[in-house]
Amino acid sequence: MSYHWNWGILLEPVSTGEPSTYLGWLLSGLFNTVAVSLAAWIIALAVGACMGILRTLPDRRLAAIGTAYVVVFRNIPLIVQFFIWYIVLPELLPKALGDWFKSLAPLMQFYSTSVLCLGLFTAARVCEQVRSGLNALPRGQKAAGLALGLTLAQVYRFILLPVGWRIIVPPITSEFLNIFKNSAVASTIGLLELSAQARQLVDFTAQPYESFIAVTLAYGLINLSVMYLMRWLEHKTSLPGYLGAK
Amino acid sequence: MERLDWSGLPHALPTLWSGMLITLQITVLAIVFGVVFGTLLAALRLSAVKPLVYFARMFVTIFRSFPLVLVLLWFFLLIPQLLQAVLRIPPTTDIRLVSAMVAFALFEAAYYAEIIRAGIQAVPRTQSGAALALGMTYLQAMRLVILPQAFRAMLPLLLTQAIVLFQDTSLVYVIGLADFFRSSTNIGDRDGTAVEMVLFSGLVYFVICGATSGMVKLLQKKGAR
Repeated sequence: MSYHWNWGILLEPVSTGEPSTYLGWLLSGLFNTVAVSLAAWIIALAVGACMGILRTLPDRRLAAIGTAYVVVFRNIPLIVQFFIWYIVLPELLPKALGDWFKSLAPLMQFYSTSVLCLGLFTAARVCEQVRSGLNALPRGQKAAGLALGLTLAQVYRFILLPVGWRIIVPPITSEFLNIFKNSAVASTIGLLELSAQARQLVDFTAQPYESFIAVTLAYGLINLSVMYLMRWLEHKTSLPGYLGAK
Repeated sequence: MERLDWSGLPHALPTLWSGMLITLQITVLAIVFGVVFGTLLAALRLSAVKPLVYFARMFVTIFRSFPLVLVLLWFFLLIPQLLQAVLRIPPTTDIRLVSAMVAFALFEAAYYAEIIRAGIQAVPRTQSGAALALGMTYLQAMRLVILPQAFRAMLPLLLTQAIVLFQDTSLVYVIGLADFFRSSTNIGDRDGTAVEMVLFSGLVYFVICGATSGMVKLLQKKGAR
């Protein structure tokens, strides 16, 4: 194999005439990956926590809502969900709303769809972690709270949730890593995030190995930062006496 | 809803079916290879030979650190050159399919390895101690005592991972391989029925995965009793 390595290509200006270098493209891809993932993470935590709590409630109907949510969002491939949000939904919405969405700037469409889709998809997984975290608490805690005269809402607010959220930090970490990885699927609807930039760099520079290695390193950087951050958080929040605590 | 036009669907079914066959081919190959190679990786990881432990750990960490989309693109870049150099597969073979199969096989092996490792570790240590005390070698103890118990316990997890894998095969979209989902969108683009085709494929995935995971749940309940 005679491959001509040329790492300098990354610092050359792009051939489209934009005021950027190929490294600049890479960095903008990195920015999009991080921005979309973080925004989606907020949705995932909020919706996932609500659904997870619903699933643990004694009211069957409320619990069924949480179950239905998880069943729907976990049994359709992520890429199909992206296409449903991006292609199908604007057509099924009332016409005025659909047309308004289609009149947005393409970048805005990509961003909003990706954040919503990725957020709600991850929420189903967060929901399962929240549920199993709450179910892992000793049953007596809830009973004791109720026996003391607290309402169910107060039991959750003052007893179950303060302990429960600290138990689920470790499993949630892996979901946080997953959301960055899953954001790569957003490239299929046109968002120029990291993995889309990998392909664009190959097309424009004709240096596939440099492009792919650079993008792979960027994902590695994200991974390391997240792991570092979460290890610190896990240490801060670990509960003495529970599994995994030091 | 009244704006949808389903009249093209019957015509599309044969193409969708051949797409589904591609999806199933990749899924089955990745499950078989993933479980076999995953077991091997787990055994290496739990062995006492340091270099083997490092190799297994590195393999698993690398594949689990990067998005499947990126892994697929990598293999789509590497495989054509490997094919010519090493594997000597005839040039008529569909490069996309081979790339996807290799990528999925290795990628899933990394995920299965972690499930299987946890399964092996969940078997009480006294079991392997007893087997070794009876004079079995490490391999015999694994094959005859540890693995049968471990696999029984982790069957639901392995099946759940298979469902995830089945869904993930739709990502071959990024290398243009006409699996079930890509066939759907191809037809949708051609006939201007993208909305209907995406909805239909979503429904098909939902029914298959929903039914399968329902069965896994039943199995889990039976096993727990």
